[in-house]
Amino acid sequence: MSEGLARVCTVSDQPLIYARGLVKRFGDFTAVDGIDLSVAPGEAFGFLGPNGAGKSSTMRMIGCVSMPTSGELRILGMDPVRDGTRIRARLGVCPQLDNLDPDLSVRENLLTYARYFGVPRAEARRRADELLEFVQLADRAGSKVDPLSGGMKRRLTIARAMVNDPDLVLLDEPTTGLDPQARHLLWERLFQLKRRGTTLVLTTHYMDEAEQLCDRLVVMDGGRIVAEGSPRALIETYSTPEVVELRFGDERPADLAGKLAGVGTRIDPLPDRLLVYAADGDAATAEVHRRGLTPSSVLVRRSTLEDVFLHLTGRTLVD
Amino acid sequence: MAILATRVSARSTLAVLERDLTLYRRLWRASVFSSFVLPVLFLLSIGLGVGGHVGDIGGVSYLAWIVPGVMAATAFQMAVGECTYPILGDFKWTRGFHAMRATPVEAGDMVCGYLLYILIRVEIAAVVFLGVSALFGALRSPWALVTPLVCGLVALATAAPTMAFSAGVDHDSYFALLFRFVMIPSTLFAGVFFPVGQLPAVVRPLAYLSPLWHGVELDRAATLGAAPPWPVAAHLAYLLVFTAAGMLWAFHAFGRRLQD
Repeated sequence: MSEGLARVCTVSDQPLIYARGLVKRFGDFTAVDGIDLSVAPGEAFGFLGPNGAGKSSTMRMIGCVSMPTSGELRILGMDPVRDGTRIRARLGVCPQLDNLDPDLSVRENLLTYARYFGVPRAEARRRADELLEFVQLADRAGSKVDPLSGGMKRRLTIARAMVNDPDLVLLDEPTTGLDPQARHLLWERLFQLKRRGTTLVLTTHYMDEAEQLCDRLVVMDGGRIVAEGSPRALIETYSTPEVVELRFGDERPADLAGKLAGVGTRIDPLPDRLLVYAADGDAATAEVHRRGLTPSSVLVRRSTLEDVFLHLTGRTLVD
Repeated sequence: MAILATRVSARSTLAVLERDLTLYRRLWRASVFSSFVLPVLFLLSIGLGVGGHVGDIGGVSYLAWIVPGVMAATAFQMAVGECTYPILGDFKWTRGFHAMRATPVEAGDMVCGYLLYILIRVEIAAVVFLGVSALFGALRSPWALVTPLVCGLVALATAAPTMAFSAGVDHDSYFALLFRFVMIPSTLFAGVFFPVGQLPAVVRPLAYLSPLWHGVELDRAATLGAAPPWPVAAHLAYLLVFTAAGMLWAFHAFGRRLQD
């Protein structure tokens, strides 16, 4: 396919990522077990799942650094096995493990990386300054990378991923290991990217991250996709509008589950608390008290993706 | 050469070189001693110190005799040094090659870009060394001017297979083996400090295997204005074949390491 034709395909509504029956095996271990995907231009798409779900393996195949074992995969309308170099030229990748050049300055990291994409020097300098403003690191431009905080390094990596003005940005667990403040700053920057119309694909095991950033997501578990949809649609399909979290002093939640039969639509006993799924949390709480139970604490909250995940896989996401 | 053509682009190779030179601009101070000072100390201690007791070899002073050898050995050692820890580091610690892998830069570009970087480093060191040698009056022929080119070839022939080796190991303890069983014996027995003719006939072929020996003999022929033991073309051909084979090995090793 010619460069011009590939461009036209991107502009049209053809998916930027298209996968059918995608499989990745490492020896006997199947990391990705036959997944189907389609990501449209301008979307913010998420892979949600616990460690080992196959998110990163999928991302590496999309980034054309890992070859699919079987199945069909098209990125920007091209075949990653044959056209890997040309696809990578149009991707921006923020990997899970930082691989900045620690001995170079913040700015030099962007400049050298821009040159890998053949960006002319003057243009690279212009973009580097603009991106450093964007990720709020302009005042650290001359600093070495080593003394930067984790959040700063991650912001620099995101700036680096934007230096070739990519059609598609891949973010593998962008906020893992960051403190809450750094995470919020990063989310805010990613949200700005999203608003500019950049297509974002990210993996995460944080529910709030997926809910805030993703238009659409897939829940992965054990190498498979177990659910797909917008955060709201997933909650509507697999959970109830509200959830009541009940804690009881010394009694084991599992022993009390029987006494609550019929309250709400579903009951999930966890080791430390009981979850009651209900359309109306206050009504469900009233019913709990009416049955003579005296929880030590009651929390009525809106349903989240965490509840969806728990329902789909029977496990919590972050232990 | 079909493999070379498909996996290497000039643009990406130069981008890799640019990155390595940018890094060098930050880190050059650390290399001044090994690249410039140490070779001169070798000349002083062995050339003048030991040379005072040795007398002449083949009609020239011992100093003049070992200058081309130390020069080639410096290129050889720089190549080994720059292609061990820095290469493993860019795979394992700083993951610089993984960063490149996410861009249009291919394994072949990484290898060629780094080889160009080594070449530049070695050329600078060789020219400086040549100047110092001239001050000592150790050069006997205008052909000495070609010695930096010979050193460059020695560096490439050494760097390419060393890079391949470093891309294939997962732990730096392998480098101790490389230093002990390849680098140091090569430096000691490849004609740098005494003619390989002194070696027992059975081990002499081992010296011929080392790219260093071919470089030493070419450099010596140039600085002394004498014919090398083999035809010049044969020495050059050996170094070129060694470089080409090393590069193919390095392409393969880098590709494997970055692929899953």
